[in-house]
Amino acid sequence: MRGPGFLEQLDEALPGAVVGRNLEALDPWVEVAPDRVADVCRWLATSSPVRFDSLQCITAVDWCEPDPKKAAKVSWQPHLELVYHLWSTAARVSLVVKAKLPRWKADVPGQLPEIPSVCGVWRGAAWHEREVYDLSGVWFTGHEDLRRILCPEDWEGYPLRKDYEMPLDYHGIRGK
Amino acid sequence: MASLVDDDPRIIEFDVRTDEMLVNMGPQHPSTHGVLRLVLRTDGEVVSEVEPHIGYLHRCAEKIGENLTHRQFIPYTDRMDYLAAMNMNLGWALAVEKLMKYQVSEKARHLRVLIAELNRIASHLVGMGAYGLDLGTFSPFLYAFREREKILDLFEEACGARLTYSYITVGGLTADLPPGWLRRCEAFLDQFEPIIQEYHALLTTNAIFVKRTANIGVMSRELAIEYGCSGPVLRGSGVDQDMRRDGEAIYTAMYEGYAFEVAVQKDGHYPRDHQYPAVPADAVLGDCWHRFFVRMLEVVQSMDLVRQAIDRYSACQGPLGEPLKLTEKMPAGDAYLETECPKGQMGFYIVSDGSAIPWRARARSSSFSNLAVAPELCRGCLIADVPAIVGSLDIVMGEIDR
Repeated sequence: MRGPGFLEQLDEALPGAVVGRNLEALDPWVEVAPDRVADVCRWLATSSPVRFDSLQCITAVDWCEPDPKKAAKVSWQPHLELVYHLWSTAARVSLVVKAKLPRWKADVPGQLPEIPSVCGVWRGAAWHEREVYDLSGVWFTGHEDLRRILCPEDWEGYPLRKDYEMPLDYHGIRGK
Repeated sequence: MASLVDDDPRIIEFDVRTDEMLVNMGPQHPSTHGVLRLVLRTDGEVVSEVEPHIGYLHRCAEKIGENLTHRQFIPYTDRMDYLAAMNMNLGWALAVEKLMKYQVSEKARHLRVLIAELNRIASHLVGMGAYGLDLGTFSPFLYAFREREKILDLFEEACGARLTYSYITVGGLTADLPPGWLRRCEAFLDQFEPIIQEYHALLTTNAIFVKRTANIGVMSRELAIEYGCSGPVLRGSGVDQDMRRDGEAIYTAMYEGYAFEVAVQKDGHYPRDHQYPAVPADAVLGDCWHRFFVRMLEVVQSMDLVRQAIDRYSACQGPLGEPLKLTEKMPAGDAYLETECPKGQMGFYIVSDGSAIPWRARARSSSFSNLAVAPELCRGCLIADVPAIVGSLDIVMGEIDR
């Protein structure tokens, strides 16, 4: 993966999909445009010189500082970052694919940001995407069965959002 | 008059369709290894669809991790895979150390190998014993727990706890071993080694056990890889992968100089298989029997590694080294590390903004991915095979639900 030409081939196959990269980081990563995630993953899994045939993990990182005092000091704009950890069983190397999403679709709180599902690339992604939807509130378009997986079906809110507030009551159970 | 063959109760007619029925298995079913609920769509004895419902043990440990410093999170990793808490501690500690580019002392490194491999034996013993229970035999469970108890006694002596150890921590270990511990550990190994033949007699070669597991729940290597399966579940399908050998430098460096062979079938043979019972004629690679057998081989492999670690640890001069301070700051950035836990590859992902408290703490559970494949394996099997298949995945709900 660290060999020459790998990213150039990706650029050639999918022009404009890769918007950032750092191959010198602790875990080498590429950042892709959110609407091209599924295309890039499909290329990495089937056409790349190194086949990333296994999806290890999908993580959503919420970059948001609810405390206005601290928020004034941070250097980033609020956003969600999706992190895909890929692994190649043949070459035994990993690659990280990142994508930046707005925290809410069209900045309307409650409207989930959307990103294409990668279930068509790795069937194992289905549960990982359900978990990210459940805890971080990201809508995966094209996912056949996107519903909560760890929290109860009638749970409100997305616990891993930084501005999430624990409900005070859930079916008569005290929250705080 | 119906012929004798038609009346043979051993013949199952898979193609006769009657009424469909939904059957709820769990969440308190004894063979679901914790609180797992399976909804089975059945037609007579044949299962057409299995849907696992998880989340009964969900505590959102990842959110807790965003509110504690890296070392304070260690006790929460204990409660993920509570049968192999040492390995969970190790995974988190190494992930933080990777981000901080920190290296533990040589003595701490060998002690970590010793403890982690000893815990792997304990975990596989539960896996083996509980799998026997799933299939309706009680004795192996008692035999397995008899030996596991001795490992827990050793752990209790080392760190004071029997299940949730928090012994391995960021930057080293909380304490050194008490005097005489190594001798007692060696005595245990000497006593344990011949007993493994008993386990093989009880389960591996048991005719009923083979009937229940061979050629049941066969998983192809492609399916295992696509679902991100890992550990014995992946190796049981013939994929030659073990993070202790193939993982990242910070983890493989821990096992540098240790001799071990990955327990996987290559060219029809397991490593050193002349010492073990032959593979039954009915078993095919990727079935329940092979997943079980890989675990049994890893018990021997871990025992070997513990012996090597004892030698290296006792040869080490100098102090063990102090663990990092609770409030030691992490550099800004992110790091992901997967370690080979008994159940599979446990990954920890840390995002740091430069303070001692992670901005995001993520646990990638091996059992989560291993259970996700169960609906594929159970399609078209018999109801009685569902516990056999789910049990062969050796899942722990505390780790899936986190």
